[in-house]
Amino acid sequence: MPAETVRTGAAPAADGRRSADDAPAGPAAGTHPGRVVAVLAVAAVAVLILFLTLGALDALDLILPLRAGRVAAMVVVGVAIAVSTVLFQTVTENRILTPAIMGFDSLYALIQTAAVFFLGATTVNGLAPTGRFAVEVAAMLVFSTALFRWIFGGPRRSLHLVVLVGIVFGVLFRSLATFLQRVIDPNEYLTVADRLFASFSAPDPTLLLVCTAVVALVCAWAWTRRRDLDVLALGRAHAVALGVDHRRLTMAVLLVSALLVSVSTALVGPITFFGLLVANLAYQVAGTHRHAYVLPVAALLAVITLVGGQAVLEHVFGLDTVLSVVIEFLGGLVFIVLLVRGGTR
Amino acid sequence: MTATAHPGTGRAVDGPAPGPATPAPAVAGGLVRPADGDPVRRSDGGRVRLADGGPAGSAHGSSTRPADGGQPQPRPSRLRLRLGLLAATAGVAVLAGVSLFVGATEVSVGDVLAGDLTAAQAQTLVSSRVPRTLSILLAGSAIAIVGLVMQLLVRNKFVEPSTAGTTESAGLGLLVVTLVAPALPLVGKMAVATVFALAGTMLFLAILRRIQLRSVVVVPLVGMMLAGVIGSVSTFLAYRNDMLHTLSTWMTGDFSGVIRGRYELLWIVGGCAVVAYLAANRFTVAGLGEELTTNLGLSYRAVMALGLSIVAVTSAVVVVVVGGLPFLGLVVPNIVSLAMGDYLRRSLPWVALLGAGFVLACDIVGRTVIHPAEVPIGVVVGVVGSAVFLYLLLRRPSGAR
Repeated sequence: MPAETVRTGAAPAADGRRSADDAPAGPAAGTHPGRVVAVLAVAAVAVLILFLTLGALDALDLILPLRAGRVAAMVVVGVAIAVSTVLFQTVTENRILTPAIMGFDSLYALIQTAAVFFLGATTVNGLAPTGRFAVEVAAMLVFSTALFRWIFGGPRRSLHLVVLVGIVFGVLFRSLATFLQRVIDPNEYLTVADRLFASFSAPDPTLLLVCTAVVALVCAWAWTRRRDLDVLALGRAHAVALGVDHRRLTMAVLLVSALLVSVSTALVGPITFFGLLVANLAYQVAGTHRHAYVLPVAALLAVITLVGGQAVLEHVFGLDTVLSVVIEFLGGLVFIVLLVRGGTR
Repeated sequence: MTATAHPGTGRAVDGPAPGPATPAPAVAGGLVRPADGDPVRRSDGGRVRLADGGPAGSAHGSSTRPADGGQPQPRPSRLRLRLGLLAATAGVAVLAGVSLFVGATEVSVGDVLAGDLTAAQAQTLVSSRVPRTLSILLAGSAIAIVGLVMQLLVRNKFVEPSTAGTTESAGLGLLVVTLVAPALPLVGKMAVATVFALAGTMLFLAILRRIQLRSVVVVPLVGMMLAGVIGSVSTFLAYRNDMLHTLSTWMTGDFSGVIRGRYELLWIVGGCAVVAYLAANRFTVAGLGEELTTNLGLSYRAVMALGLSIVAVTSAVVVVVVGGLPFLGLVVPNIVSLAMGDYLRRSLPWVALLGAGFVLACDIVGRTVIHPAEVPIGVVVGVVGSAVFLYLLLRRPSGAR
């Protein structure tokens, strides 16, 4: 427990900080984390195969291509959300804050709406999806970095205050986006409307390709810096003492988080709590804090949850677009539990 | 507020109020006379300091600050207060007048005064414009008052119907009753929504009691998360029954559907506001904590029950007739409290006026931006309200704990 984290009047872990103290005591405690990754990888592949073939064996060649696009989107989004959340929580040294809770994805939705509002639907639709995506991501990087600096710069604020500020920012961005949508001509609004609700319908193939490339690149980068990230998780003082360029790495991680949030929001719209769910589950299951294991475990869990959840909802309950609602429900509960437990650990 | 500021008040938390019963030092020496309307006289200049913060809604009072904010402030004279109230009332009246003459149908002030209105214009005024302006006044002031009452009872500056799950619960109730008994008259639906709102608020308080770490911001955080969870249940139900669009219309505050025959329900809310004013001193005392309330000969539970009923009824009626007005009950009382402290009897009329004025202004903006169409007021209030809320949160740098 680094000395500077011991504050008066609250248990050190009370504010959700990750530290070496709260050693994971998940079901996997004691097994080698590598084994956990292997088991999860097998499970993920099984779930993917299940989703692609469930109830479609007699018309596989027709249905497979249709489903393949959706599965690809889910995998990319799952990995993007999981990796961005874990990285973000490493930088902010806590387990409650996620980019989505900080209002990042509402910000992206606002940027999308604003693009239509200021440029007009014809201009926006005239751009190739990749070009539009590039413009929106650039705006997102600028704004999210500014937002983050404004909240985290200056005096150190309590974690709960930061979370609350993030949530209220989310409300503000959503309200602004709704406001713009109402002001936009209704026909133009339709071009935005169908992209702001989390559903894994068939995404644009080029956009999906670009997003896949982006996520792959980011994952590769995170993998090369995995040991530095482990050090970063120890807190600023330790990281600096151990020779990690704390400021640069923090900024890099933030940019990468914003990039991944843009990717996932562009593909499926905002999902607030998914990252919180898989990241916290991953810390429990992985049995270690080393990013070499936590990152893949979180990504695999995300894929299993998304694809598996969608498969179960579609084929067992006959519901197709409510996965985001279920995630929101569970995530909210987990969040409240994390807050309630905060002082007891 | 600062749970950590006064250790050793070991109190079994069993009352609904979160936070330890901090016998705020400023109160201990004061003379509290709740029954006869005498202001709660205190060593720090007549400001009732709640357990959750300084006099001016400082959510971030550091635990090292002395409980007395420093210099005693001279109390503003009664005359000046009266004059100020008059001026504010005049301002709201002017806004209400403007609000009467904004809309798709042209009605000019001159026509009304000269008495040469066409039948259609008169019809518009009587059945749509006047009810609308009245309902804005009622809903705006009532939600602001309810926010203030909630902040006192929960002893937290950042609580209001939309940050405590109350609004969302009322919406869920409305949805459930619409699915189960669509033929029920509006009053019946409202009653069900009220029960749901009450249950949701109770659930929120129950969760708060289990929380160990009580910083000022945790309370609204939990409330907003709970609202999200309840909202996702509503979304799910609505999705199963093809009512997603209806639900989002309901939950977005909108006065365009308010016409004669529907808005009269809002007079219930006006009644609640009057009751809140009459019981103001009781709420102030209840805000000081359970022991103190009991010591002063008030039943803490009864005051809590009264307050929560007012909150639930008001929230439910406004949700049914108008829709959600996010953060309204949070920003208005906080602004008033920044200006004049926390003595409820004195600040309540101001809260009511400012709430009404705020909603009137937002409504006029919503109606003029894309004239002749309109932006729902819930969206405008959401933008302004969340911006002001952010300002209140980030107002002073601190490590609020």
